[in-house]
Amino acid sequence: MKQKRRERIDRGIKVRSDDIFALTSYREFLYVSVPPVAPIILLLALPLILPLYWQKVLITTAVFAILALSWDFLVTVGMVSLGQALFFGVGAYLAGYFDLRFGLPIWTTIPLATLMGGLISAILLLPVLRLRGVYFSMVTLVLPLMFERTIEATGWLGGTEGLTGLKSFSNIWVECYLIVIVLLLVFFGFRRLVTTDYGLVLKAINNNDRAVMSGGINIYWMKAQALFITGSIGAFCGAFMTHVYMFVGMPVFALDYSILPLASAVVGGMGSFAGSLLGAFILVPLSEALRGIGGLRTVIYAISLVVFIVAIPEGIFHYVQRKYQQFERWATVDN
Amino acid sequence: MSETTGVKKGELLLKVRGLSKNFGGVRAVIGVDFDLHQGELLGLIGPNGSGKTTLANLITGFIKPSEGRVEYRGKNITGLMPYRIARLGIARTFQMAKPFADLPAFKNIVIPLFSPRVRGLSGGRYGDRDSVAKDLLEDVGFERDSSVTFKAAGSLPHGYLKRLELAKCLALRADLIILDELFSGLSIAELASIVPIIEKMMMEGKTIIMIEHRLRELFRIADRVIVLNFGQIIADGKPSEVMESDEVKHAYLGTED
Repeated sequence: MKQKRRERIDRGIKVRSDDIFALTSYREFLYVSVPPVAPIILLLALPLILPLYWQKVLITTAVFAILALSWDFLVTVGMVSLGQALFFGVGAYLAGYFDLRFGLPIWTTIPLATLMGGLISAILLLPVLRLRGVYFSMVTLVLPLMFERTIEATGWLGGTEGLTGLKSFSNIWVECYLIVIVLLLVFFGFRRLVTTDYGLVLKAINNNDRAVMSGGINIYWMKAQALFITGSIGAFCGAFMTHVYMFVGMPVFALDYSILPLASAVVGGMGSFAGSLLGAFILVPLSEALRGIGGLRTVIYAISLVVFIVAIPEGIFHYVQRKYQQFERWATVDN
Repeated sequence: MSETTGVKKGELLLKVRGLSKNFGGVRAVIGVDFDLHQGELLGLIGPNGSGKTTLANLITGFIKPSEGRVEYRGKNITGLMPYRIARLGIARTFQMAKPFADLPAFKNIVIPLFSPRVRGLSGGRYGDRDSVAKDLLEDVGFERDSSVTFKAAGSLPHGYLKRLELAKCLALRADLIILDELFSGLSIAELASIVPIIEKMMMEGKTIIMIEHRLRELFRIADRVIVLNFGQIIADGKPSEVMESDEVKHAYLGTED
């Protein structure tokens, strides 16, 4: 019996541009070089062309993109975090505290908060490293909420008022370019990291942790390192935003900072980092653009989220990448 | 039973004393004692559920014993974490060969090559782990530069998966290797190609424990066999002697009348 089915075939240009042959013509050269170079140029040029309001949106978007990247990184190690807000919030409060208590300059508070935030996050989650899957996720979900309530109940760190009157960056250009450059560093850093032997071991832990252990590797130490990396990146975002707002308060532990990065990674496509980046740059500006609508904003936002996930479950990035590299055609097959 | 221990070759490698494990009310392993010497190939056999795999898990640290102790080269390793035991030179395969499915076959070998044990043995960095991994795969019968080496491990045929597991043990440069049902599911042809690999490992002075159900193949290469039944050792000795024991015949084959 003859049957029709869709088959996917690599585009000629993809095959031709593999390896060194990419250098044989401009078309092939552009085909391989545009995808990695375009986002760099775009990100560096955006602050120049955007009006002030959208520059601020760019900063928020970049922060969420970095959080999404770090979430995606944790997933490659097999840890599904529902609490990026923990990393973000710890970093935010550390920066605020160092500023107010010791009067340290910005360029000291941010690196300090980044490193200490990573350490604190890793240490807090050390006891649950043995937990897998949903159990780990539950703990990460609860921790930031616990911090929030503790600050509210005890009045520490300014309590419900928060810490105000913090130092700010000298101007918006510094803010824009600092966060965009960090975003690019984190993005390409992660892409590089997962291809090294170190990254390979991290991926293998996700795949089969027992086999990694029988290979003589301390998976808990590796996981702690991954948490430190993710934690410091999240803490950097928090510390950065503290100085952008010149304020830090309980909202830094809000669910937004946990869920939006996750949603970005899922909508954009997990496991590639490019997906997380793309997802954040769709979802965050979309949420801003919908501000004009008023009350129904959240509803429309939620619907569009569902549409993305149902229509392109593999993630926007993987869909675009497939279209870029392959074409589909109907083929008749014998059955 | 214990007076009929098999051929003793080298120094005492593994000493197991009174090892027991209870899962709730189930006594999976009960007071197991045995010694293993350098260069021995010990077969561990017994009916399903007799505690063979539990015993392997107890030795390699994946399960903490309820009682008893395990010594490796005179060092007490009871209850150590699995990765610590692996670093001392005890490698194992798993009953269900589960590779790192998304990674190419040779990248699977890079994982044990990354362990501090191998890095320490070779003095600092191991050099190019990829090429070492490919060499190891060739040792276990992956054809050099064939596409199999580069295929995603998840898509490998069963026979190759078993060899991949062997290569992981070799990568760790382990002295004691525990093979959990290595032969299961292999065709006669695949067996014929995997047995020489084990014989080669023996010639290199490795000590091997094989948990097996395929006795005919096992008895050809084993120096000594321990028979477990309901978590207890019921026989320990040369393969030919062990199968003569009435208790073993009864436990293993059922009563033949």
